[in-house]
This record gives sequence, C-alpha cells and structure tokens, in this order.
Amino acid sequence: MTEPAAAKAEKRATREAYGEALLELGKENKDIVVLDADLSSSTKTSVFAKAFPERFFNLGVSEQDLIGTAAGLAAAGKIPFASTFALFGAGRAWEQARNDVGRGNLNVKMAMTHAGITVGEDGASHQCNEDIAIMRVIPNFTIVSPADAPEAKKAVFAAAGQKGPFYIRLGREAVPVMGEREFKLGKAQTLRDGSDVAIMATGIMVCEALQAAEALSKEGVSAMVVNIHTIKPIDEQAVVEAAKKTGAVVTAEEHSIIGGLGGAVAEVLSENHAVPLKRVGVRDVFGESGKARELLEKYGLTAKNIAAAAKDVVKRK
Amino acid sequence: MPVDEKKLAELRKKARETRKTVLQMIAGAASGHPGGSLSCIEIMVALFERLRLDPKNPHWKERDRFVMSKGHAAPVLYACLADKGFFPKEELKTLRKLGSRLQGHPETTTPGVDVPTGSLGHGLSMANGMALAGKLDKAKWRVYALLGDGECDEGQVWEAAATAAHHKLDNVVAIVDRNMVQLDGPTEEIKRLGNLAEKFRSFGWNAIEVDGHDFGQIMGALDAAEGFKGKPTALIALTVKGKGVSFAEGKAAYHGKPIVGEELEKALIELEGMKND
Ligand SMILES: Cc1ncc(C[n+]2csc(CCOP(=O)(O)OP(=O)(O)O)c2C)c(N)n1
Repeated sequence: MTEPAAAKAEKRATREAYGEALLELGKENKDIVVLDADLSSSTKTSVFAKAFPERFFNLGVSEQDLIGTAAGLAAAGKIPFASTFALFGAGRAWEQARNDVGRGNLNVKMAMTHAGITVGEDGASHQCNEDIAIMRVIPNFTIVSPADAPEAKKAVFAAAGQKGPFYIRLGREAVPVMGEREFKLGKAQTLRDGSDVAIMATGIMVCEALQAAEALSKEGVSAMVVNIHTIKPIDEQAVVEAAKKTGAVVTAEEHSIIGGLGGAVAEVLSENHAVPLKRVGVRDVFGESGKARELLEKYGLTAKNIAAAAKDVVKRK
Repeated sequence: MPVDEKKLAELRKKARETRKTVLQMIAGAASGHPGGSLSCIEIMVALFERLRLDPKNPHWKERDRFVMSKGHAAPVLYACLADKGFFPKEELKTLRKLGSRLQGHPETTTPGVDVPTGSLGHGLSMANGMALAGKLDKAKWRVYALLGDGECDEGQVWEAAATAAHHKLDNVVAIVDRNMVQLDGPTEEIKRLGNLAEKFRSFGWNAIEVDGHDFGQIMGALDAAEGFKGKPTALIALTVKGKGVSFAEGKAAYHGKPIVGEELEKALIELEGMKND
C-alpha cells in the first residue's frame, strides 16, 4: 500500500466518480436506470441523464416519491440508482427506504451525495451527520462509505453487481486521491500496519487517519490504519483482530459519533474484545456555514484530532 | 368488454363469499381492519377478474401488477389471491399468525405480492416505478393501485400523482376507495378531501367516478381506463365503509376492530342475504 502525500495528491470528489461510474454502467447494462430529485447537476447523475435520457427520471423535489418509484422500478426488474443529498435521501425518505426498499429487499441503490459536514457553506440544514446511523438499522441494506474517488467508482460497480438494497455515501468536496487499492465489499483494508493503536476510519477521514499515523510515528507511536469502507456488514474479524493486535482503537468519521462507524465498532468490540476506544467525529452538535476545511478543524475532524485521540487511548491501555 | 347479467350475478356471488371469508379471517386473527376491507370488496373482485396473472408462475414477466397501497385491507388481497390459486384457501386461516405467509400488511413473501405496503402513501410511487419499467420495456402489462381516501392525506400520494401525469403513465390506474371515513372519523371532518376526481384532474389525470359497489360501473370504468391514452386514470370509487354489515356501515369504530362472537354471527347472516346493488 502506497501512502498518500496528501498535500500534493490529486483531489477529486467522490460524487464525480459516481457520475463517471454511472456512465460506464449505463453503457454496459441497459437495465441500469437513474433517478434524481432536482439535484442532478450536484449529485452528478446529470452525466448519465445526458447520455441516456430515456433511462433517467427526474422526479422533482420529492424525495419520498424518489425512493418509492425506485422501489417500483426494482420490483419490475430494473437496477435503479436513486440520488439526492444524503440528508434528504436518508432523512426525508427514510421510511420509504425502510418500508419499500429494505422490507421488500429490493434492488435499489441509494447513492447519496453531500454527506457530512464538508457540504460547507450551506450550513446545518444540509450537513448530514446522521445518515450512517439511521441507515445502518434497516435490515437488508449494505452500506458503503468510500474514502476517495477511485474507491467510490469501485463501490458503485460493486453495488450494481450485487442484488439487494445499497446505501452509498458520497461527498461534495474534492478530496485527495489515494493510490489504487483492491476493493472488496465487506472487507476492511489495512492501509498501514502498526502495533500500538488501530485507527479505523471511513470516508474522507481515511486520508486524515493516514496523516495522523505518520505524525504519530514521529512521536514513537505505531498506528495501524484500517479503512472501513463497508460499514454494513462490518468486517467484524478485521475489527477484532486489529483490536487484539494493538489493544487500543480510535474511530474516525465525518458523521456523528453516535450510531455511525464509531457506534458500529464499539458494538463489535464490546461484544468480542473490549479495548480502550475513542470516537472521532461530530460530537452530537449541528454544524454551521463555513469552508469545508474550516469546519473539519472547528468540529475536530482532522489528523491532529485523530492523533490526540490515539495518544489518549494508548495511555488508557 | 361489456359484462352480461350472468357474469354480474357470478361476481356478486363472489363478492358475498369474499366478504364472509374476509370477516372470518379477521375474526380468526382477532385483529385487523373490517371497515376498509368490506368497502373494497367489489373493487378487488372486479380487479382480480380482470388482471392478467399466472397463479402457477407468480413472477410471470407479462403479468399485470397490483399494489395494495391501503395495505391494511390485506385480507381482501389474500382472499382474492387464494381464490385465483396463488396459494391454498386453507392458508387464509393463518392470517396474522406467527410464521404465516399472510402478514398483517402485505409482504413480498406472499405469492402474488410484488411490493410491500402497510405504511400509507407509498403505493402509488411504487406503482409508477413499475409502470416506468413497463414503458421502458414497451410491455403491455398494466399497473393498478388501490388507495384509501384517508390515505390521500399523505403528501407522497400527490408527489406520485404529479409523477404519473408528468410521465404520461397511461398504464397506471389508481383506484381510490372513497368510503368517506378514515381511522378517527369522517374524512371531511378530519381534514377535508373535497372532490378527489377534480383534484386528480387538476394534477393531469383522467378521472372517473363510479359506484364502487356496482360491478357494471367498475368493470366499465376499468375498460375505459385501458382505452384512455396519454394520461393515468384515477377511479374514484364511491363506497360505504363496512359495506354489507349494517351495524358497521359508515362507522369509524369498525376501522380497526375485528367483528367477533355474536356480532360476527349477525354479520354473516346479513351477508348471506346481501344482494348487492
Ligand atoms: C403512514 C401511516 N400512518 C398511519 C397509519 C395508520 N392507519 C392505518 S389505516 C388508517 C386510516 C386510513 O384511512 P383510509 O385510507 O380512508 O382507509 P380505509 O377507510 O379505506 O380503510 C391509518 C391512519 C398507517 N398505516 N400508515
């Protein structure tokens, strides 16, 4: 695994990769259909819409109808990708996701963009720090939270290739592209080995975790970094093994510390191998307007915060 | 296809039997929704007379689709599916019992059920989704959804109504069981629905009002809907909640209360004598 030189790395948004993936999928498979709720230029489904207008449905600003219609398309054999902002897709249409898609175990791919606080200037109304928590409790859903654009593309292909409900969490901001990595649904990636602490991260916090590990190594702390791109089903074995090896765990996510990756990891560890744990994430507060980077810093979602948490759990061992 | 007198008599007989079956199912479960089940019996019997289905092959690709958007009327759906042979009639007794395929509200594990329902307001969106798939495939099959009138309080119904009209889904028929009563009381007292036919028309639909207990009218309207191109059709079926059971007719009290014991006996005797129309 090559480590990113984050500062210099090429930056791309995961939503851009989503648009590209849809275009390729649309060429390969005529059963792929795409739905949006008046945000196609932001979610990047517009790329698909342009190439395959007859297989694109813009339902207007009606998110419940978006997910319900996608469920109907899936029930009739299509492979619908439905997109809007995470807050509206997971939030406004949660009950449609639960009662139509999840309960029916239908082949709907909810690919939601603008997840997390890096939505930025739009502020708290649009910053979705709750979606992992509320989607994780719906049976039958697979939940993927890619770390960078190449991973997002692979996740979208994987979702198209596996029957059943998916929630794919995508971001607005351009984020560093880390090297090509093998992507297997449900399999955590160990990006860096270490022996003192395991940092388990998802989404854009994976890159921050790698930087934290680099900084920690200079202070004599050996940190393992695990990318948990598939939040459900979570790779229990990888989580437990990393905890056994290092004896201390930090989770990092651009999401509330309640119910997201931190919650999922805490559940696995407390039932299998409890070790000191600290969750880095949004601390049960709403966000605000600002630039993405400013917000990450203000709300404690940086490599520095992860490194501090790591030192803290190492001390508690 | 005009329906002859003989056929009408046959359908009325089937409606009577279905009413009794449904009441017994609900009583057997000691829970369920008699009021809104009894109001949609003729609609459902007429629909299942018409739907192109293959009970031996529930997933037959060319089948018509039906969505029970008012999912609490599931017993009627199950009775119709069993009558068609999707599963043994004997199984109807297992309604709402542990381990049964006949859940309190429709699940896709029941043969003949394509999408899950039970939470009101969802069905028309799912029907539209199927209809869009049918249009993409240039298929002949059609999609029918049955909604409650109280259900039309839900905003999603109108999101979906706009979607169907925008996409010219003339392969969709939404039937509204306009029994004028919802869970807590009369629809016009809870939150006025007014003229539903006009509402659907204003959304760009073809709308037809029928007596929802008159087979001739229902069948005729379903024919007309199939012939109508360029717009989805809404059938506003004027019905009576609790139809056929005098003490339950028009009453919200029997929306979600099973009819059991002496009341059930009385209801079954009344239904025996019911002529319809
Ligand atoms: C979203 C949702 N809210 C509430 C309920 C509870 N509920 C079940 S039936 C009903 C009343 C429905 O009235 P109507 O659509 O007129 O049904 P009908 O009279 O035909 O039985 C309500 C509120 C539900 N099933 N779903």
